[in-house]
Amino acid sequence: MSEIEIRNLTKKFEVKGNPVTALDHVSLNIEKGDIYGIIGMSGAGKSTLVRSINYLEEPTEGQILIDGVDLASLKPAELRKKRSEIGMIFQGFHLLEQKNVIDNICFPLELAGVKKKAARQKAGELLKLVQLEEKEKAYPSQLSGGQKQRVAIARALATNPGILLCDEATSALDPQTTESILQLLQQINQTMHITIVIITHQMSVVNRICKKVAIIDSGRLVESGPVEKIFADPQTDAAKELLLEKKIRYSPVTALDTARKVRIVFSENSAYEPVIANLILKLQAPVNILKADTRNVGGKARGEMILGLPEGKQLQERMIDSLKENGLAVTEVKEDV
Amino acid sequence: MFDQKVIEMILIGIKDTLYMTLVSTFFGYVLGLPYGIILKVTGKDGLRPNRIIYGIGDFICNIIRSVPFLILLILLIPFTRAIVGQSYGSTATIVPLVICAAPYIARVVEASLNEVDAGVIEAAKSMGANNFQIIFKVLLVEARVSLFSGMIITTGLLLGYSAMSGTVGGGGLGDIAVRYGYYRWQTDIMIVTVVLLIVIFQIIQNLGTWILPHIDHRKR
Repeated sequence: MSEIEIRNLTKKFEVKGNPVTALDHVSLNIEKGDIYGIIGMSGAGKSTLVRSINYLEEPTEGQILIDGVDLASLKPAELRKKRSEIGMIFQGFHLLEQKNVIDNICFPLELAGVKKKAARQKAGELLKLVQLEEKEKAYPSQLSGGQKQRVAIARALATNPGILLCDEATSALDPQTTESILQLLQQINQTMHITIVIITHQMSVVNRICKKVAIIDSGRLVESGPVEKIFADPQTDAAKELLLEKKIRYSPVTALDTARKVRIVFSENSAYEPVIANLILKLQAPVNILKADTRNVGGKARGEMILGLPEGKQLQERMIDSLKENGLAVTEVKEDV
Repeated sequence: MFDQKVIEMILIGIKDTLYMTLVSTFFGYVLGLPYGIILKVTGKDGLRPNRIIYGIGDFICNIIRSVPFLILLILLIPFTRAIVGQSYGSTATIVPLVICAAPYIARVVEASLNEVDAGVIEAAKSMGANNFQIIFKVLLVEARVSLFSGMIITTGLLLGYSAMSGTVGGGGLGDIAVRYGYYRWQTDIMIVTVVLLIVIFQIIQNLGTWILPHIDHRKR
Protein backbone atom coordinates (compact mmCIF):
# COMPACT_ATOMS: atom_id res chain seq x y z
CA MET A 1 0.00 0.00 0.00
CA SER A 2 1.38 3.35 -0.98
CA GLU A 3 1.48 6.09 1.59
CA ILE A 4 -0.06 8.56 -0.82
CA GLU A 5 -2.22 7.29 -3.61
CA ILE A 6 -3.63 9.71 -6.11
CA ARG A 7 -6.29 8.11 -8.25
CA ASN A 8 -7.65 9.71 -11.38
CA LEU A 9 -7.58 13.14 -9.83
CA THR A 10 -9.42 15.80 -11.80
CA LYS A 11 -9.95 19.35 -10.65
CA LYS A 12 -12.02 21.87 -12.51
CA PHE A 13 -12.35 25.52 -11.64
CA GLU A 14 -14.50 28.21 -13.03
CA VAL A 15 -12.65 31.37 -13.95
CA LYS A 16 -14.93 34.22 -14.97
CA GLY A 17 -17.60 31.79 -16.10
CA ASN A 18 -15.20 29.66 -18.14
CA PRO A 19 -14.42 26.15 -16.95
CA VAL A 20 -10.71 25.48 -16.50
CA THR A 21 -9.30 22.00 -15.98
CA ALA A 22 -6.39 22.39 -13.59
CA LEU A 23 -5.80 18.66 -13.22
CA ASP A 24 -6.82 16.02 -15.70
CA HIS A 25 -7.01 12.42 -14.48
CA VAL A 26 -3.74 12.38 -12.60
CA SER A 27 -2.75 9.11 -10.96
CA LEU A 28 0.35 8.77 -8.85
CA ASN A 29 1.63 6.59 -6.04
CA ILE A 30 4.09 7.89 -3.50
CA GLU A 31 5.75 5.34 -1.24
CA LYS A 32 6.74 5.71 2.38
CA GLY A 33 10.15 7.34 2.72
CA ASP A 34 10.22 8.75 -0.81
CA ILE A 35 11.41 12.19 -1.70
CA TYR A 36 9.09 12.73 -4.61
CA GLY A 37 9.47 15.67 -6.92
CA ILE A 38 6.53 17.02 -8.86
CA ILE A 39 7.80 19.37 -11.49
CA GLY A 40 6.10 21.48 -14.09
CA MET A 41 6.02 24.93 -15.60
CA SER A 42 4.04 27.56 -13.75
CA GLY A 43 0.35 27.08 -14.33
CA ALA A 44 0.79 23.36 -15.00
CA GLY A 45 -1.41 22.47 -12.04
CA LYS A 46 1.22 21.26 -9.60
CA SER A 47 0.14 23.56 -6.78
CA THR A 48 -3.43 22.36 -7.15
CA LEU A 49 -2.10 18.82 -7.02
CA VAL A 50 -0.21 19.30 -3.76
CA ARG A 51 -3.18 21.10 -2.22
CA SER A 52 -5.34 18.16 -3.11
CA ILE A 53 -3.12 15.79 -1.16
CA ASN A 54 -4.29 17.31 2.12
CA TYR A 55 -7.68 18.27 0.70
CA LEU A 56 -7.15 22.02 0.85
CA GLU A 57 -8.55 21.61 -2.65
CA GLU A 58 -11.36 19.15 -2.98
CA PRO A 59 -11.10 17.11 -6.17
CA THR A 60 -13.83 17.39 -8.76
CA GLU A 61 -13.28 13.72 -9.57
CA GLY A 62 -10.99 11.01 -8.33
CA GLN A 63 -9.62 10.09 -4.95
CA ILE A 64 -6.76 10.80 -2.59
CA LEU A 65 -5.80 7.93 -0.33
CA ILE A 66 -3.45 8.47 2.57
CA ASP A 67 -2.30 5.17 4.06
CA GLY A 68 -5.23 3.58 2.26
CA VAL A 69 -7.83 5.95 3.69
CA ASP A 70 -9.90 7.85 1.17
CA LEU A 71 -9.98 11.48 2.35
CA ALA A 72 -13.44 11.92 0.85
CA SER A 73 -14.78 9.36 3.33
CA LEU A 74 -13.68 11.40 6.37
CA LYS A 75 -15.92 13.62 8.47
CA PRO A 76 -14.76 17.27 8.75
CA ALA A 77 -13.20 16.71 12.19
CA GLU A 78 -11.45 13.55 11.00
CA LEU A 79 -10.17 15.37 7.95
CA ARG A 80 -8.70 18.13 10.14
CA LYS A 81 -7.02 15.47 12.25
CA LYS A 82 -5.61 13.90 9.10
CA ARG A 83 -4.35 17.27 7.92
CA SER A 84 -2.47 17.74 11.14
CA GLU A 85 -0.63 14.52 10.31
CA ILE A 86 0.55 16.02 7.02
CA GLY A 87 3.00 18.91 7.34
CA MET A 88 3.11 21.61 4.70
CA ILE A 89 5.50 24.41 3.83
CA PHE A 90 5.04 27.18 1.30
CA GLN A 91 6.92 29.49 -1.02
CA GLY A 92 5.77 32.49 1.03
CA PHE A 93 6.50 30.79 4.39
CA HIS A 94 3.15 31.95 5.85
CA LEU A 95 4.34 32.37 9.41
CA LEU A 96 2.20 34.22 11.92
CA GLU A 97 3.75 37.68 11.84
CA GLN A 98 2.53 38.64 15.29
CA LYS A 99 3.96 35.58 17.02
CA ASN A 100 7.60 34.95 17.74
CA VAL A 101 9.52 31.94 16.46
CA ILE A 102 8.83 29.62 19.36
CA ASP A 103 5.12 30.48 19.42
CA ASN A 104 4.91 29.89 15.70
CA ILE A 105 6.36 26.42 16.13
CA CYS A 106 4.02 25.75 19.06
CA PHE A 107 1.01 26.89 17.03
CA PRO A 108 -0.02 23.55 15.48
CA LEU A 109 0.35 21.96 18.91
CA GLU A 110 -1.80 24.69 20.43
CA LEU A 111 -4.43 23.94 17.78
CA ALA A 112 -4.24 20.26 18.68
CA GLY A 113 -4.75 21.10 22.35
CA VAL A 114 -1.29 20.04 23.55
CA LYS A 115 -0.30 21.46 26.97
CA LYS A 116 1.89 24.51 26.75
CA LYS A 117 4.84 23.02 28.58
CA ALA A 118 4.97 19.93 26.39
CA ALA A 119 4.54 22.07 23.29
CA ARG A 120 7.44 24.32 24.31
CA GLN A 121 9.67 21.36 24.85
CA LYS A 122 8.83 19.90 21.45
CA ALA A 123 9.34 23.30 19.82
CA GLY A 124 12.72 23.59 21.52
CA GLU A 125 13.85 20.27 20.05
CA LEU A 126 12.69 21.31 16.58
CA LEU A 127 14.50 24.65 16.85
CA LYS A 128 17.65 22.69 17.51
CA LEU A 129 16.99 20.52 14.47
CA VAL A 130 16.63 23.55 12.20
CA GLN A 131 19.57 25.26 13.92
CA LEU A 132 17.78 28.38 15.02
CA GLU A 133 18.02 28.06 18.80
CA GLU A 134 19.25 31.62 19.24
CA LYS A 135 16.23 33.00 17.36
CA GLU A 136 13.65 31.59 19.76
CA LYS A 137 12.26 35.00 20.73
CA ALA A 138 12.69 36.68 17.36
CA TYR A 139 9.72 37.69 15.24
CA PRO A 140 9.41 36.60 11.60
CA SER A 141 10.07 40.16 10.40
CA GLN A 142 13.55 39.92 11.93
CA LEU A 143 14.46 36.75 10.04
CA SER A 144 15.91 36.15 6.58
CA GLY A 145 14.00 34.11 4.00
CA GLY A 146 16.01 30.97 4.72
CA GLN A 147 15.48 31.35 8.46
CA LYS A 148 11.75 31.85 7.95
CA GLN A 149 11.58 28.66 5.91
CA ARG A 150 13.46 26.83 8.66
CA VAL A 151 10.90 28.03 11.19
CA ALA A 152 8.13 26.93 8.81
CA ILE A 153 9.74 23.50 8.54
CA ALA A 154 9.99 23.21 12.33
CA ARG A 155 6.35 24.25 12.59
CA ALA A 156 5.30 21.70 9.97
CA LEU A 157 7.11 18.97 11.90
CA ALA A 158 5.68 19.86 15.31
CA THR A 159 2.81 17.40 15.08
CA ASN A 160 5.12 14.51 14.03
CA PRO A 161 3.68 14.18 10.54
CA GLY A 162 4.43 11.20 8.34
CA ILE A 163 4.34 13.35 5.22
CA LEU A 164 5.78 16.77 4.43
CA LEU A 165 4.39 18.68 1.46
CA CYS A 166 6.62 21.41 0.05
CA ASP A 167 4.91 23.88 -2.26
CA GLU A 168 7.68 25.72 -4.13
CA ALA A 169 9.43 25.92 -0.78
CA THR A 170 12.74 27.08 -2.21
CA SER A 171 11.49 29.22 -5.08
CA ALA A 172 11.81 32.47 -3.14
CA LEU A 173 15.32 31.68 -1.92
CA ASP A 174 18.78 32.26 -3.35
CA PRO A 175 20.83 29.23 -4.51
CA GLN A 176 22.90 28.90 -1.32
CA THR A 177 19.89 29.13 0.95
CA THR A 178 18.05 26.71 -1.31
CA GLU A 179 20.92 24.26 -0.90
CA SER A 180 20.82 24.52 2.89
CA ILE A 181 17.04 24.04 2.98
CA LEU A 182 17.31 21.02 0.67
CA GLN A 183 20.01 19.56 2.90
CA LEU A 184 17.72 20.01 5.86
CA LEU A 185 14.85 18.30 4.03
CA GLN A 186 17.11 15.43 3.09
CA GLN A 187 18.23 15.07 6.69
CA ILE A 188 14.60 15.06 7.84
CA ASN A 189 13.76 12.38 5.29
CA GLN A 190 16.66 10.18 6.36
CA THR A 191 16.58 10.58 10.13
CA MET A 192 12.87 10.97 10.76
CA HIS A 193 11.67 8.78 7.86
CA ILE A 194 9.23 11.40 6.68
CA THR A 195 7.90 11.13 3.16
CA ILE A 196 8.53 14.37 1.33
CA VAL A 197 6.64 15.67 -1.68
CA ILE A 198 8.35 18.56 -3.40
CA ILE A 199 6.54 20.78 -5.85
CA THR A 200 8.90 22.87 -7.90
CA HIS A 201 9.60 24.34 -11.29
CA GLN A 202 13.36 24.04 -10.77
CA MET A 203 14.98 20.92 -12.20
CA SER A 204 18.01 21.58 -10.01
CA VAL A 205 15.89 20.96 -6.91
CA VAL A 206 14.66 17.63 -8.25
CA ASN A 207 18.19 16.62 -9.25
CA ARG A 208 19.54 17.55 -5.88
CA ILE A 209 17.35 15.50 -3.58
CA CYS A 210 14.48 13.69 -5.24
CA LYS A 211 14.50 9.96 -5.78
CA LYS A 212 11.49 9.97 -8.02
CA VAL A 213 9.88 12.61 -10.15
CA ALA A 214 6.58 13.24 -11.86
CA ILE A 215 6.24 15.73 -14.65
CA ILE A 216 3.03 17.69 -14.90
CA ASP A 217 2.16 19.53 -18.06
CA SER A 218 -1.12 21.41 -18.62
CA GLY A 219 -2.82 19.47 -15.83
CA ARG A 220 -1.71 16.06 -17.08
CA LEU A 221 0.89 13.77 -15.66
CA VAL A 222 3.08 13.14 -18.67
CA GLU A 223 5.99 11.20 -17.21
CA SER A 224 6.98 9.73 -13.88
CA GLY A 225 9.62 7.44 -12.48
CA PRO A 226 13.10 7.42 -10.93
CA VAL A 227 14.89 10.75 -11.43
CA GLU A 228 17.91 9.09 -13.07
CA LYS A 229 15.80 7.37 -15.65
CA ILE A 230 13.79 10.44 -16.58
CA PHE A 231 16.93 12.53 -16.65
CA ALA A 232 18.81 10.12 -18.89
CA ASP A 233 16.01 9.51 -21.29
CA PRO A 234 13.20 12.03 -21.25
CA GLN A 235 10.33 10.88 -23.45
CA THR A 236 8.08 13.88 -23.71
CA ASP A 237 8.58 17.43 -24.87
CA ALA A 238 7.52 18.71 -21.47
CA ALA A 239 10.24 16.66 -19.78
CA LYS A 240 12.86 17.78 -22.27
CA GLU A 241 11.89 21.39 -21.77
CA LEU A 242 12.31 21.10 -18.05
CA LEU A 243 15.61 19.25 -18.34
CA LEU A 244 17.09 21.62 -20.88
CA GLU A 245 15.40 24.54 -19.15
CA LYS A 246 14.42 25.77 -22.55
CA LYS A 247 11.18 26.18 -24.42
CA ILE A 248 11.70 23.64 -27.20
CA ARG A 249 8.10 23.40 -28.24
CA TYR A 250 7.93 27.02 -29.20
CA SER A 251 11.27 27.50 -30.93
CA PRO A 252 10.83 28.47 -34.56
CA VAL A 253 12.04 25.96 -37.11
CA THR A 254 13.88 28.61 -39.12
CA ALA A 255 16.22 29.26 -36.22
CA LEU A 256 17.66 25.76 -36.35
CA ASP A 257 21.30 25.41 -37.24
CA THR A 258 22.10 23.09 -40.14
CA ALA A 259 24.83 21.25 -38.24
CA ARG A 260 23.69 18.08 -36.54
CA LYS A 261 23.50 18.18 -32.78
CA VAL A 262 23.38 15.37 -30.28
CA ARG A 263 22.85 15.26 -26.56
CA ILE A 264 24.93 12.75 -24.65
CA VAL A 265 24.55 11.70 -21.07
CA PHE A 266 27.40 10.28 -19.02
CA SER A 267 26.67 7.60 -16.51
CA GLU A 268 28.92 6.61 -13.60
CA ASN A 269 31.35 4.54 -15.67
CA SER A 270 31.69 6.61 -18.78
CA ALA A 271 32.45 9.77 -16.81
CA TYR A 272 35.96 8.48 -16.08
CA GLU A 273 36.89 8.00 -19.72
CA PRO A 274 38.12 10.92 -21.82
CA VAL A 275 35.36 10.10 -24.31
CA ILE A 276 35.40 13.27 -26.36
CA ALA A 277 39.17 13.42 -26.66
CA ASN A 278 39.28 9.77 -27.75
CA LEU A 279 36.58 10.43 -30.31
CA ILE A 280 38.48 13.30 -31.86
CA LEU A 281 41.75 11.38 -31.91
CA LYS A 282 40.12 8.31 -33.40
CA LEU A 283 38.19 9.99 -36.20
CA GLN A 284 40.54 12.92 -36.76
CA ALA A 285 37.61 15.33 -36.89
CA PRO A 286 36.60 18.08 -34.46
CA VAL A 287 33.38 18.25 -32.52
CA ASN A 288 31.94 21.41 -31.09
CA ILE A 289 30.93 21.31 -27.43
CA LEU A 290 27.87 23.52 -27.32
CA LYS A 291 26.86 22.88 -23.75
CA ALA A 292 28.25 20.84 -20.89
CA ASP A 293 26.88 20.34 -17.45
CA THR A 294 27.53 17.98 -14.58
CA ARG A 295 24.88 17.45 -11.99
CA ASN A 296 24.38 15.46 -8.88
CA VAL A 297 21.42 13.21 -9.55
CA GLY A 298 20.33 11.16 -6.58
CA GLY A 299 23.83 11.18 -5.17
CA LYS A 300 25.51 10.11 -8.44
CA ALA A 301 27.46 12.30 -10.81
CA ARG A 302 25.67 12.79 -14.08
CA GLY A 303 27.11 14.66 -17.00
CA GLU A 304 25.22 16.04 -19.89
CA MET A 305 26.77 17.45 -23.02
CA ILE A 306 25.46 18.78 -26.28
CA LEU A 307 27.78 18.31 -29.22
CA GLY A 308 27.70 19.94 -32.62
CA LEU A 309 28.92 17.36 -35.15
CA PRO A 310 30.91 18.26 -38.26
CA GLU A 311 29.49 18.08 -41.79
CA GLY A 312 29.25 14.72 -43.51
CA LYS A 313 26.51 12.21 -42.89
CA GLN A 314 28.90 9.23 -42.75
CA LEU A 315 31.25 10.90 -40.30
CA GLN A 316 28.33 11.87 -38.10
CA GLU A 317 27.06 8.31 -37.98
CA ARG A 318 30.51 6.99 -37.09
CA MET A 319 30.79 9.52 -34.31
CA ILE A 320 27.40 8.56 -32.89
CA ASP A 321 28.28 4.88 -33.06
CA SER A 322 31.57 5.56 -31.33
CA LEU A 323 29.82 7.45 -28.54
CA LYS A 324 27.32 4.64 -28.09
CA GLU A 325 30.15 2.13 -27.87
CA ASN A 326 31.43 4.05 -24.88
CA GLY A 327 28.17 3.43 -23.07
CA LEU A 328 26.69 6.88 -23.55
CA ALA A 329 23.05 7.62 -24.18
CA VAL A 330 22.87 9.60 -27.39
CA THR A 331 19.83 11.52 -28.52
CA GLU A 332 19.33 13.88 -31.40
CA VAL A 333 18.77 17.52 -30.54
CA LYS A 334 16.73 19.43 -33.05
CA GLU A 335 16.30 22.74 -31.33
CA ASP A 336 18.63 25.65 -30.69
CA VAL A 337 21.14 25.19 -27.94
CA MET B 1 -13.41 83.75 34.58
CA PHE B 2 -16.20 81.25 35.32
CA ASP B 3 -17.96 80.82 38.62
CA GLN B 4 -17.89 77.61 40.60
CA LYS B 5 -21.21 76.45 39.16
CA VAL B 6 -20.11 76.68 35.56
CA ILE B 7 -16.81 74.92 36.28
CA GLU B 8 -18.68 72.13 38.02
CA MET B 9 -21.02 71.84 35.07
CA ILE B 10 -18.12 71.60 32.63
CA LEU B 11 -16.44 68.94 34.77
CA ILE B 12 -19.63 66.89 34.74
CA GLY B 13 -19.79 67.50 30.99
CA ILE B 14 -16.31 66.05 30.54
CA LYS B 15 -17.26 63.04 32.63
CA ASP B 16 -20.49 62.52 30.67
CA THR B 17 -18.72 62.86 27.33
CA LEU B 18 -16.10 60.29 28.29
CA TYR B 19 -18.82 58.04 29.66
CA MET B 20 -20.87 58.20 26.47
CA THR B 21 -17.87 57.79 24.19
CA LEU B 22 -16.24 54.89 25.98
CA VAL B 23 -19.40 52.98 26.85
CA SER B 24 -20.80 53.33 23.34
CA THR B 25 -17.47 52.25 21.86
CA PHE B 26 -17.54 49.22 24.14
CA PHE B 27 -21.10 48.20 23.30
CA GLY B 28 -20.50 49.15 19.68
CA TYR B 29 -17.79 46.51 19.62
CA VAL B 30 -19.93 43.99 21.51
CA LEU B 31 -22.30 44.14 18.52
CA GLY B 32 -19.96 45.26 15.75
CA LEU B 33 -17.09 42.82 16.27
CA PRO B 34 -19.21 39.66 15.83
CA TYR B 35 -21.06 41.44 13.03
CA GLY B 36 -17.79 42.16 11.25
CA ILE B 37 -16.57 38.60 11.78
CA ILE B 38 -19.80 37.27 10.28
CA LEU B 39 -19.34 39.53 7.26
CA LYS B 40 -15.78 38.30 6.83
CA VAL B 41 -16.63 34.62 7.30
CA THR B 42 -19.67 34.63 4.99
CA GLY B 43 -18.06 36.90 2.39
CA LYS B 44 -17.07 35.71 -1.07
CA ASP B 45 -13.61 34.46 -0.12
CA GLY B 46 -14.50 33.78 3.50
CA LEU B 47 -14.20 30.60 5.51
CA ARG B 48 -17.84 29.79 4.90
CA PRO B 49 -19.17 31.83 2.02
CA ASN B 50 -22.92 32.34 2.29
CA ARG B 51 -24.52 34.74 -0.15
CA ILE B 52 -27.78 35.08 1.79
CA ILE B 53 -26.31 35.83 5.20
CA TYR B 54 -23.69 38.14 3.74
CA GLY B 55 -26.30 39.84 1.57
CA ILE B 56 -28.59 40.56 4.53
CA GLY B 57 -25.72 41.70 6.76
CA ASP B 58 -24.32 43.87 4.02
CA PHE B 59 -27.71 45.44 3.31
CA ILE B 60 -28.56 46.27 6.94
CA CYS B 61 -25.10 47.67 7.41
CA ASN B 62 -25.45 49.99 4.43
CA ILE B 63 -28.95 51.11 5.42
CA ILE B 64 -27.99 52.16 8.94
CA ARG B 65 -24.77 53.76 7.78
CA SER B 66 -26.54 55.86 5.20
CA VAL B 67 -28.94 57.41 7.72
CA PRO B 68 -27.42 60.64 9.10
CA PHE B 69 -26.70 60.28 12.81
CA LEU B 70 -28.89 63.19 13.83
CA ILE B 71 -31.89 61.61 12.09
CA LEU B 72 -31.07 58.20 13.54
CA LEU B 73 -31.01 59.85 16.94
CA ILE B 74 -34.59 61.09 16.48
CA LEU B 75 -35.86 57.95 14.74
CA LEU B 76 -34.63 55.81 17.60
CA ILE B 77 -36.33 57.82 20.36
CA PRO B 78 -39.13 55.26 20.95
CA PHE B 79 -36.58 52.44 20.96
CA THR B 80 -34.30 54.32 23.35
CA ARG B 81 -37.23 55.02 25.66
CA ALA B 82 -38.14 51.35 25.66
CA ILE B 83 -34.63 50.34 26.66
CA VAL B 84 -33.43 53.09 29.01
CA GLY B 85 -36.79 54.51 30.10
CA GLN B 86 -36.07 58.03 28.88
CA SER B 87 -34.91 59.64 25.65
CA TYR B 88 -32.63 62.38 26.99
CA GLY B 89 -29.45 62.41 29.06
CA SER B 90 -26.13 60.73 28.51
CA THR B 91 -27.21 57.14 29.18
CA ALA B 92 -30.05 57.46 26.67
CA THR B 93 -27.65 58.81 24.07
CA ILE B 94 -25.59 55.65 24.27
CA VAL B 95 -28.39 53.67 22.58
CA PRO B 96 -28.37 55.53 19.24
CA LEU B 97 -24.59 55.85 19.45
CA VAL B 98 -24.25 52.06 19.68
CA ILE B 99 -26.78 51.49 16.89
CA CYS B 100 -24.91 53.96 14.74
CA ALA B 101 -21.48 52.60 15.62
CA ALA B 102 -22.11 48.85 15.28
CA PRO B 103 -22.42 48.69 11.46
CA TYR B 104 -19.56 51.14 11.12
CA ILE B 105 -17.42 48.96 13.39
CA ALA B 106 -18.52 45.87 11.47
CA ARG B 107 -17.12 47.38 8.26
CA VAL B 108 -13.90 48.42 9.96
CA VAL B 109 -13.49 44.93 11.41
CA GLU B 110 -14.29 43.27 8.08
CA ALA B 111 -11.69 45.44 6.33
CA SER B 112 -9.08 44.66 8.99
CA LEU B 113 -9.68 40.93 8.76
CA ASN B 114 -9.47 41.08 4.98
CA GLU B 115 -5.91 42.30 5.36
CA VAL B 116 -4.79 38.99 6.84
CA ASP B 117 -2.75 37.10 4.26
CA ALA B 118 -4.79 34.27 2.74
CA GLY B 119 -1.65 32.14 2.79
CA VAL B 120 -1.47 32.28 6.57
CA ILE B 121 -5.08 31.10 6.76
CA GLU B 122 -4.27 28.30 4.35
CA ALA B 123 -1.25 27.33 6.45
CA ALA B 124 -3.47 27.15 9.55
CA LYS B 125 -5.94 24.98 7.63
CA SER B 126 -3.11 22.68 6.60
CA MET B 127 -2.31 22.26 10.28
CA GLY B 128 -5.84 21.07 10.92
CA ALA B 129 -7.30 24.29 12.34
CA ASN B 130 -11.10 24.53 12.40
CA ASN B 131 -12.92 27.72 11.45
CA PHE B 132 -13.35 28.75 15.07
CA GLN B 133 -9.61 28.47 15.66
CA ILE B 134 -8.85 30.33 12.44
CA ILE B 135 -11.06 33.22 13.55
CA PHE B 136 -9.79 33.51 17.10
CA LYS B 137 -6.21 32.34 16.82
CA VAL B 138 -5.28 33.57 13.37
CA LEU B 139 -7.56 36.30 12.02
CA LEU B 140 -8.10 38.34 15.17
CA VAL B 141 -4.49 37.92 16.30
CA GLU B 142 -2.84 38.73 12.99
CA ALA B 143 -5.17 41.67 12.32
CA ARG B 144 -4.86 43.15 15.81
CA VAL B 145 -2.89 46.24 14.77
CA SER B 146 -5.41 47.17 12.13
CA LEU B 147 -8.29 46.31 14.50
CA PHE B 148 -6.81 48.53 17.17
CA SER B 149 -6.30 51.52 14.90
CA GLY B 150 -9.86 51.00 13.68
CA MET B 151 -11.01 51.19 17.29
CA ILE B 152 -9.17 54.46 17.84
CA ILE B 153 -10.81 55.94 14.75
CA THR B 154 -14.21 54.71 15.93
CA THR B 155 -13.72 56.20 19.38
CA GLY B 156 -12.89 59.57 17.83
CA LEU B 157 -15.99 59.34 15.66
CA LEU B 158 -18.21 58.53 18.63
CA LEU B 159 -16.74 61.43 20.59
CA GLY B 160 -17.91 63.72 17.82
CA TYR B 161 -21.33 62.05 17.58
CA SER B 162 -21.83 62.21 21.33
CA ALA B 163 -21.33 65.97 21.10
CA MET B 164 -23.83 66.11 18.25
CA SER B 165 -26.41 64.45 20.45
CA GLY B 166 -26.34 67.63 22.55
CA THR B 167 -28.81 69.14 20.08
CA VAL B 168 -31.52 66.82 21.35
CA GLY B 169 -30.57 66.92 25.01
CA GLY B 170 -27.90 64.27 24.97
CA GLY B 171 -25.73 65.47 27.84
CA GLY B 172 -21.98 65.98 27.96
CA LEU B 173 -19.87 68.76 26.49
CA GLY B 174 -21.87 68.95 23.28
CA ASP B 175 -25.02 69.55 25.27
CA ILE B 176 -23.35 72.39 27.17
CA ALA B 177 -22.06 73.92 23.95
CA VAL B 178 -25.54 73.88 22.44
CA ARG B 179 -27.40 75.11 25.50
CA TYR B 180 -25.01 77.86 26.56
CA GLY B 181 -23.18 78.70 23.39
CA TYR B 182 -26.07 78.50 20.95
CA TYR B 183 -29.25 79.27 22.89
CA ARG B 184 -27.76 81.73 25.40
CA TRP B 185 -25.09 83.34 23.26
CA GLN B 186 -22.40 82.57 25.84
CA THR B 187 -19.63 82.17 23.33
CA ASP B 188 -16.92 81.80 26.00
CA ILE B 189 -18.51 78.61 27.37
CA MET B 190 -18.91 77.25 23.86
CA ILE B 191 -15.26 77.89 23.06
CA VAL B 192 -14.16 76.18 26.26
CA THR B 193 -16.23 73.07 25.48
CA VAL B 194 -14.95 72.93 21.92
CA VAL B 195 -11.35 73.24 23.15
CA LEU B 196 -12.00 70.48 25.67
CA LEU B 197 -13.42 68.24 22.93
CA ILE B 198 -10.30 68.87 20.86
CA VAL B 199 -8.06 68.05 23.83
CA ILE B 200 -9.96 64.79 24.57
CA PHE B 201 -9.78 63.84 20.91
CA GLN B 202 -6.03 64.49 20.85
CA ILE B 203 -5.49 62.41 23.97
CA ILE B 204 -7.39 59.43 22.51
CA GLN B 205 -5.63 59.66 19.17
CA ASN B 206 -2.14 60.11 20.63
CA LEU B 207 -2.66 57.34 23.13
CA GLY B 208 -3.55 55.08 20.22
CA THR B 209 -0.57 56.18 18.16
CA TRP B 210 1.68 55.55 21.15
CA ILE B 211 0.32 52.08 21.91
CA LEU B 212 0.24 50.90 18.29
CA PRO B 213 3.93 50.08 17.74
CA HIS B 214 4.00 48.21 21.04
CA ILE B 215 1.51 45.61 19.79
CA ASP B 216 2.92 45.32 16.27
CA HIS B 217 5.71 42.83 15.68
CA ARG B 218 5.78 43.09 11.94
CA LYS B 219 8.33 45.88 11.64
CA ARG B 220 11.27 46.35 13.91
